[in-house]
Amino acid sequence: MAPKHRNNRDVTPSAATSTASPSVSGTAPGATTSAVPVAKPIKAPAAATASSKQDWNSVVTNLINHYQDATPQRTKLIDAFMAFLVVAGALQFLYCVLAGNYPFNAFLSGFSATVGQFVLCASLRIQTTEANKSDFPAVSPERAFADFVVCSLILHFFCVNFIN
Amino acid sequence: MSAEPLQALANVGKGESTRTLLRVVILFLIAGAAVASRLFSVIRFESIIHEFDPWFNFRATKYLVANGFYSFWDWFDDRTWHPLGRVTGGTLYPGLMVTSGAIYHALRALTIPVDIRNICVLLAPAFSGLTAYATYLLTNEMTPSPSAGLLAAVFMGIAPGYISRSVAGSYDNEAISIFLLVFTFYLWIKALKLGSMLWGALCALFYGYMVASWGGYAFITCLLPLHSFVLICMGRYSTRLYVAYTTWYALGTLASMQIPFVGFLPVKTSEHMPALGIFGFLQLLAFLDYVRSAIPGRQFQTFLWLFAGGTFGIGLAGLVIATSAGVIAPWGGRFYSLWDTSYAKIHIPIIASVSEHQPTAWPAFFFDLNMLIWLFPAGVYLCFQQLADEHVFIVVYALFGSYFAGVMVRLMLTLTPVVCVAAAIAVSNVFDAYLIVKSPSTEDRQVEDVSEAVAKKAKSGLKSTSKPVVGVYSLISKGAVVSAMTVYLLLFVLHCTWVTSNAYSSPSVVLASKLADGSQHIIDDYREAYQWLRQNTKDDAKIMSWWDYGYQIGGMADRPTLVDNNTWNNTHIATVGKAMSSKEEVSYPIMRQHEVDYVLVVFGGLLGYSGDDINKFLWMVRIAEGIWPEEVNERAFFTPRGEYRVDAEASQVMKDSLMYKMSYYNYNNLFPPGQAQDRVRGARLPEVGPTLDVLDEAFTSENWIIRIYKVKDLDNVGRDHAAASAFERGLKKKKVMKKRGPRVLRVD
Repeated sequence: MAPKHRNNRDVTPSAATSTASPSVSGTAPGATTSAVPVAKPIKAPAAATASSKQDWNSVVTNLINHYQDATPQRTKLIDAFMAFLVVAGALQFLYCVLAGNYPFNAFLSGFSATVGQFVLCASLRIQTTEANKSDFPAVSPERAFADFVVCSLILHFFCVNFIN
Repeated sequence: MSAEPLQALANVGKGESTRTLLRVVILFLIAGAAVASRLFSVIRFESIIHEFDPWFNFRATKYLVANGFYSFWDWFDDRTWHPLGRVTGGTLYPGLMVTSGAIYHALRALTIPVDIRNICVLLAPAFSGLTAYATYLLTNEMTPSPSAGLLAAVFMGIAPGYISRSVAGSYDNEAISIFLLVFTFYLWIKALKLGSMLWGALCALFYGYMVASWGGYAFITCLLPLHSFVLICMGRYSTRLYVAYTTWYALGTLASMQIPFVGFLPVKTSEHMPALGIFGFLQLLAFLDYVRSAIPGRQFQTFLWLFAGGTFGIGLAGLVIATSAGVIAPWGGRFYSLWDTSYAKIHIPIIASVSEHQPTAWPAFFFDLNMLIWLFPAGVYLCFQQLADEHVFIVVYALFGSYFAGVMVRLMLTLTPVVCVAAAIAVSNVFDAYLIVKSPSTEDRQVEDVSEAVAKKAKSGLKSTSKPVVGVYSLISKGAVVSAMTVYLLLFVLHCTWVTSNAYSSPSVVLASKLADGSQHIIDDYREAYQWLRQNTKDDAKIMSWWDYGYQIGGMADRPTLVDNNTWNNTHIATVGKAMSSKEEVSYPIMRQHEVDYVLVVFGGLLGYSGDDINKFLWMVRIAEGIWPEEVNERAFFTPRGEYRVDAEASQVMKDSLMYKMSYYNYNNLFPPGQAQDRVRGARLPEVGPTLDVLDEAFTSENWIIRIYKVKDLDNVGRDHAAASAFERGLKKKKVMKKRGPRVLRVD
């Protein structure tokens, strides 16, 4: 596939970010074989409007690359948990839509538990990311984790109390 | 005398620890002043619960203290709304009662034997001290100036706008919830500034407490999303905002759903939808933010358009489907009345009939806030100058609060905190500029004069401040400005004291009047009548009265009532309204059906007490007309010329109504013949008073404010009541002959 091929070419995401327009146009020959890459500077906007699907592909691959390269292992663990929460929440919602919401308390507390845990995880993730250090001068990773634990306890206390 | 102490005084404030000490002392003094200024009513009258709603809260608190928390939670009250009862435990905000119950048990545990009534009476003043402290904290987040917080605390402590609902004895939900409101805002600002989950969780917990205490929690529910939304629109989305808001929303919504009365409202009603919408919006933004950091700019634009378009489409479709399927309830009536002030008058008379739901008259702003109201815009302007995230909050709050305070008198209460904060910022700014004794050492002396200095300050706000503020040179101008401000502040204190003492410290259960020699005379008719009910009627005698007095009858007389201030069932209230506004023959079956034993009316005609039932009568008619438009007609209660009269020219329907008869029954016996006069409406009453057939006068209080009638039993001999009482009066039975029509000649 074209994405794989491009993977090897773009080694670091920083290289891609530094020169935005060449990377867009550079993907064009890889993905669409029949396109004519004659005059690069004139073609770039035309290609963007013409083949947005191909553009989209490159966006997604870029995103995945960046994620795999720049995310520490611990953060990936958090992300796995968040993905699980999304699945769990979606399943509950689906059940509610299909089978009715009869014990509405139970549905609400189950669903809010996943949503609440998701945003708490997201907050933890944001606070522990190196790039966001400047936003949180007062929050060390340890403090973030302690906050996370306390908030989760409160959240689950309310959920259990509400579940009937 | 001049130099030495001044120097000493200046040195006292220098050290950090002395400053802290001074601050603590000042805060304690402020709390003391806040409490003390609310004690007028206790000193003048006694330690008594005021007005109407507090009596219910008091009764519920007594129930809580006597029966424990669980039976309070499951309390079904069969002594109100007589045939129906009320699921009290599930239809009240329990925060207030639980708070005072907890204080009661804590004091008991400390072996301080204190009556629950005194706790209830003094709860509001005690919490006002805490409110002052919370305002101090909130203001300190806004400005680096050390004096602003203290000034805000003083303003909050004594501003009549807040005192109006928190004098001693005013044991209402607002007593604690204004503190919770301000403190929640403080925690929100703190969470937003630090981007900390813990502060967000604390904010959510206090938000939950607020939800448990007052219906006004919706104000927070709308204000925090609005603030976030404005921040996002200004391009100030930050990860801190994400952390603070989502933590608050996720925990706070769950916390609010724990209260049975709120229940599923946060996910069902439109009032709560903005909060949910912003919550979802922030998730998107956070995701986009992450994506932006991950991929190059041009790609991000493509991504953004596709993503935003898709989300918007899905969201809109979802909203349309949910609304058309009726999943999301339409806006409540009380909420509509916030947008369209005449909505309630047309559609929901029961809401419009409450005086505190009326739009605010403009002098009320000056009356309740005095000089703060003109300092308020200055403070908001200063917030614009700095405009960090927290200043945006003040600006948004100011706009939102001003609007709602203009719509509904009661919501002046939610405006007061922001007015105090903004005014304190303004005043402290003035003082910070003018209270520096030292002249500025800069060379350029173009700023000589006060007016010029002021002009320069104003200019520096408009231009970007390239030059530092120079300061004021002459001592005279400093002295003038400072002394003027001091005079204003003193006048403010005087005004506040005057308003509190004259306008807001009356229990309205006990009335006071001045005798000719200036001494105070207490009019205690309410308690006299309720005490009579308590002692002379059987324990389950049902009392019918207009709903205003339901809580008082329940609290003071401890008798079942038909309707009370909870007003949850409009039809039931309309039934009482119909019984009051119909003829006796119509009212009697209604009263029998509802097992009414006594009817209580409030009549101010003798004393000139204007809050009586005849003045409220039109509301009863309107509410009854809402349910039975063909049987009750408001127009019929006016004279042909459209006047609302009670004298001889009153309309026949008016004279026949039960309310009119009960109010004026036997009244003319007090006066020489033909001299009977109603002092509220300034009307001379007809010489012959009304007659009552289905009711017996049971009790009339000293000043005739409360009149209680007993509903007659069915007649022993099976006559109707009109005939029976006509017989009692010695009238002969009308000839039956008359009914037969003209006599005809027998022809057989």
